Amino acid sequence: MGNGAIALGALAAGVNLVAGYPGTPSSEIIETVSKYPHEGVHLEWSVNEKAALEVAVAAAYSGARALVTMKQMGLNVASDPLMSVAYVGVKGGLVLVSADDPGPISSQTEQDTRRYADFCRIPVFDPSSPEEAYTMIGDAFEYSEKYGTPVLFRPTTRVCHAYASIDIPDKTSPKEYDGFIKDSGRWVIFPRLSYLNHGRIEERNVEIGKDFSAYSFNTVQNPEAEKAVVTSGISYAYVRECLKNRSDVRLIRIATAFPFPEDFVLGALDGVSEVLCIEELSPYIEEQILKTAGMHHLDLTVHGKLDGSVPHNGENSVELSAKILSGFPGVQTANGQVDLSGSPALPVRPPVLCAGCPHRASFYAVKQAMKGQKAFFCGDIGCYTLGNAMPLDMVDTCLCMGAGITMAQGMNYTNDGVCFAFTGDSTFFASGMTGVVNAVYNEADIILCVLDNSTTAMTGHQPHPGTGRNMMGNFVEKVDIAKVLEGMGVRKIVTVNPLDLEKSIKAVRECAAEKGVKAIIFKSPCIAITKPSGRCSVDSGKCINCKKCIREIGCPALVTADGKVTIDRNLCTGCSLCSQICPVGAIGGEEHE
Amino acid sequence: MNKDILICGVGGQGTVLASKIIAASAMQEGSVVHSAETIGMAQRGGPVTSHVRVGENAFSPLIPSGSADIILAFEPGEAVRNLKYLKKDGIAIVNTCAVKPVTESLNPSGYEGTAQVEYLRSRCSCIFVSSDEVCKPFGSSKFFNIIILGVAAGSGRLGISKETVLAQIEKRVPQKFIQTNKNAFLAGFEIGESAVK
Repeated sequence: MGNGAIALGALAAGVNLVAGYPGTPSSEIIETVSKYPHEGVHLEWSVNEKAALEVAVAAAYSGARALVTMKQMGLNVASDPLMSVAYVGVKGGLVLVSADDPGPISSQTEQDTRRYADFCRIPVFDPSSPEEAYTMIGDAFEYSEKYGTPVLFRPTTRVCHAYASIDIPDKTSPKEYDGFIKDSGRWVIFPRLSYLNHGRIEERNVEIGKDFSAYSFNTVQNPEAEKAVVTSGISYAYVRECLKNRSDVRLIRIATAFPFPEDFVLGALDGVSEVLCIEELSPYIEEQILKTAGMHHLDLTVHGKLDGSVPHNGENSVELSAKILSGFPGVQTANGQVDLSGSPALPVRPPVLCAGCPHRASFYAVKQAMKGQKAFFCGDIGCYTLGNAMPLDMVDTCLCMGAGITMAQGMNYTNDGVCFAFTGDSTFFASGMTGVVNAVYNEADIILCVLDNSTTAMTGHQPHPGTGRNMMGNFVEKVDIAKVLEGMGVRKIVTVNPLDLEKSIKAVRECAAEKGVKAIIFKSPCIAITKPSGRCSVDSGKCINCKKCIREIGCPALVTADGKVTIDRNLCTGCSLCSQICPVGAIGGEEHE
Repeated sequence: MNKDILICGVGGQGTVLASKIIAASAMQEGSVVHSAETIGMAQRGGPVTSHVRVGENAFSPLIPSGSADIILAFEPGEAVRNLKYLKKDGIAIVNTCAVKPVTESLNPSGYEGTAQVEYLRSRCSCIFVSSDEVCKPFGSSKFFNIIILGVAAGSGRLGISKETVLAQIEKRVPQKFIQTNKNAFLAGFEIGESAVK
């Protein structure tokens, strides 16, 4: 996997410290490091991306090589330290992998990490395949140390999740380094230092641009052709596939978007009158080419996103590239498809909460307790965002990590009704805690529901401070969410098992009757990390076929066969939520049969 | 050898193991292999696809439309959903047993898979297999991924030898299930062989 290649490339480069926060499509980098020999490497899932980067910055100040991993929106969280460390610089190599997600396939935004490179004035590498990612991550460390700057590394989903075979060394070992050498004129950021370094950075970037002009992954194919396509990242692979067996299109690939390798591009475009830019996300390279053409008075027509030749949104593909190219030098999709006309309707398979998921029970309890009352439900990022689906319909807003808690406060100040915040355990540690302090301090009337399933479920079950395990393989003291809340001044804290419906509803009602910040910790482990507690079944003699269970909770294990409600034994985990809502007591454990 | 193989189904059916065995087998036979899986929000019950591309001619990790030599479909609706990838003269090996969407009881769609099977029959060359039937001797539908792999290999369209796949099964399956998986593969292989006779 591309993410595996990045991890193994970093180990081969002698990385000393790896930190990150889970997020699709980046999570498997740290997981791969943990599965391969990495003696002497500090490895951690940090509580969030900002923490991960700051841990890594100190390592890099000390001369060690540090790798930080996150998804593109994580970079927004880490942007505070990133901007500052860009000014200060580093001693040991500091590479920040920020995986972009064109589509978006599993993200809230289609942002482009290359813009951050430009914004922070630091170099960025953009691999087009797992094989390239393996080599390039080593190069990224070299450049980071050569120029004393943090470096961004930007794979996209299709590189992260693609597989290829790569030869790796039998043994890798972490780099030797000096340790931190005190020098407050270098490591303490002050306005004067920023002023001086700003000038140095811009001068340095001209040098890096020249250096990148000779970089082996900035390439030109068919240098004789008069029409050119400029591309980068995975789009290079798609365009190459479209243009194989053709020599009448010049194919220019830019693997280092910033600092822009201007000399290389000027040489590559020599004799070209028309160029088409095919890249995902923002028209970054296109804009740089327009700028270069303007500065050098080139007689060049530039096509791309800005003139509508290429869509701004969504991910690229071989098919889309072929379609874009067909308006350019007459490329055809060579392959014949089967006749696709008259296709029958296909089932829609939307993502839903798993059968037995404790989140379903938590949402249902809040819904029942608030029946007939005006209430607002501020959701957050995680599996529980799926609580928005019918029939639960319990997520009114979802913005970004941790925002559920603070948005519930804003709702409270501007609306009449009971305001709820839903947050997962990992999200609580990542960016929920400061929001709770804000609520206590600013006297909000909200009910915080922590959906504690003892894992980071959505991204593949990574441990977090509440799980009692870390990535060094150690068992550590669990950070207790109730105690954290108590310490922050939350007066009413109830811990309840959401699978006990009656108690859960009672807890919600009690909290709704009180003023201030109240918290309910719905504690029950994710069904994917625990063995099922049994199976439920329907007593067909008692069942009156009212289908209340199906209509109210929408559990995938509740199915109808020949018009009768029954329970899919392969899916049921025995959570018993359905048996607690059945009006005639027709659903029970296995002894029922 | 250049070959594009698309594996599709529903999350939880074991498509990933099938794609990993195909990729590893082709590599063992000396080919360059690229592959990709759709993962992320797709969880249990969602549509899943794996793209395996064998040979020097593939640059994109995803198979372009109209390029797949073979589709291994673990579910008839998913076969139709991914039919655009199949070459005109490609082959689809399709499980006739439908998996209803998990939201079926809440929003009945009437989906049974039969119309999809008929449609596929009219559009391309197919080998149909019923997972209910072929899995019976093995006691669990969990073996279907290995059986359909056997059908593909037996049809001669996979371009990978029986022995290589058996060796990879041995490598990748837990010790106590190796023999059952080998038997499942061979049972599928026979179905594939007789289907093209």
